[in-house]
Amino acid sequence: MRRLGWLIPTIYIIFLLLPIYWLLNMSFKTTNEILGTFSLWPIEFTLANYKKIFTDPTWYNGYINSLTYVVINTVISVTAALPAAYAFSRYRFLGDKHLFFWLLTNRMAPPAVFALPFFQLYSAMELFDTHIAVALAHCLFNIPLAVWILEGFMSGVPKELDETAYIDGYSFPRFFVKIFIPSITAGIGVTAFFCFMFSWVELLLAKTLTSVVAKPIAATMTRTASTSGYELGLLAAAGALTIIPGAIVIWFVRNYIAKGFALGRV
Amino acid sequence: MIERTTNQKAWWLVLPVLVLVAFNAIIPLMTVVNYSVQETFGDNVFFWEGVTWYTEVLHSPRFHEALGRQLMFTFQILAIEIPLGVIVALAMPRKGILVSVCLVLMALPLLIPWNVVGAMWNIFALPDIGLLGRTINAMGIDYNFTQQPGAAWATVVLMDVWHWTSLVVLLAYAGLRSIPDAFYQAAHIDGASGWQIFRYIQLPKMKRVLTIAVLLRFMDSFMIYTEPFVLTGGGPGNATTFLSIDLVKIALGQFDLGPAAAMSLIYFMIILLLSWIFYTVMMRDEDQK
Repeated sequence: MRRLGWLIPTIYIIFLLLPIYWLLNMSFKTTNEILGTFSLWPIEFTLANYKKIFTDPTWYNGYINSLTYVVINTVISVTAALPAAYAFSRYRFLGDKHLFFWLLTNRMAPPAVFALPFFQLYSAMELFDTHIAVALAHCLFNIPLAVWILEGFMSGVPKELDETAYIDGYSFPRFFVKIFIPSITAGIGVTAFFCFMFSWVELLLAKTLTSVVAKPIAATMTRTASTSGYELGLLAAAGALTIIPGAIVIWFVRNYIAKGFALGRV
Repeated sequence: MIERTTNQKAWWLVLPVLVLVAFNAIIPLMTVVNYSVQETFGDNVFFWEGVTWYTEVLHSPRFHEALGRQLMFTFQILAIEIPLGVIVALAMPRKGILVSVCLVLMALPLLIPWNVVGAMWNIFALPDIGLLGRTINAMGIDYNFTQQPGAAWATVVLMDVWHWTSLVVLLAYAGLRSIPDAFYQAAHIDGASGWQIFRYIQLPKMKRVLTIAVLLRFMDSFMIYTEPFVLTGGGPGNATTFLSIDLVKIALGQFDLGPAAAMSLIYFMIILLLSWIFYTVMMRDEDQK
């Protein structure tokens, strides 16, 4: 059993990689080849699809837009969540448990429920079709998650650290920035990763809140699919490129990711 | 567990989060509540309707069917993903470079935008150009997820297993890693069997992370929209029309704001209620420690 143990993860990973391989395979084919012949690898290998994406502004702007609002959202979420998570991990205060659960309920709100009201709210504030609108809207589910993960990590830091610092005459803000934050960098990294991830993969709200200027790449893909026929090769290439940012950030947090997925609670 | 001191000033630390989330949660939620009790014929003219829409939604067979499909889907993916995730986590290497490689490769599906997941599975499973569709048909099974309700359902379930099992793997793996080696050595000396080690050492240690896994998978699968929408569009017929898809059809497709809003709130309440049960169970276990 032990000796064959490696088989299970291997089969599982192959299962995970097959659809990704197929997407890559298609992205190097012309649409004609995709529709005309069936082959396990590209016969007429072409980079035309990728070239089109990197040279056509409607395409590459999609990536820039997505990355912009994702980064803004990550910064807002982590910054706001840090003091809140500290409060939840160190103090008891009136209504703390209810507040914590209320925050979590927003992680449970189906985006489909909020799509239309969000459109009206952000239109009324004249923020429709801006990066900041999407970044703020994604706070709905990213802040609760950030608070939850950070609280888990912070509860792992012994309270003696705080007490010693206060005895040494540190004020709260100075202690927080100079001592506490450096002691949970791993937790912050993981939290940032999660905010990045959930903002990057979400589409329903991002699509609802944008039209031209801040249109995310995922929306460019769906609109292209419906307007200019079905350019499969191009669509596959665009899809393949959306995997890259995630793969890069995941490499940086790989050692902490397991703990992060457990929301710091292991 | 840290002993927490009472300090009402902590509210100031929570304030930024409170403002940001309340802005995004309460205003839109009130808009929905507003729609759910009124009727409109356009031009921003509204009439009070009371609980009419709620009664209508609660009695509509369409809602019952979508809810039934939703519950069935969530139940099925939990029944597959949780055990599968635990099995993979148990078989994963514990040390060395292979761990990083496994973790990164396994986390990949989690980082792909949801509509790309749908599009990817679409071209993967299509019977004419997809690897999966071709393979199944070559084995002599008639498979076309765009026309057969059963095949569409199976494809959506398989896609979700592909997309999210890794979350369970990573959680379970994190739980396993927290078990000190001494536990295994003691079990070895006592001559414990593999099953006993799993039952009395590994499973109890994983209990907490698995509760989180069930909670997260429950919430997210209950809200699923983009992936099945891109893959099947909720079809063929209504075979894969889950609650969110149905909701968007009513709200944006037919522009029936009242019923859609009432349905939104009922839908949200169901998630809230079930999540609250999970959450209370989870926190009770945590308090016992």
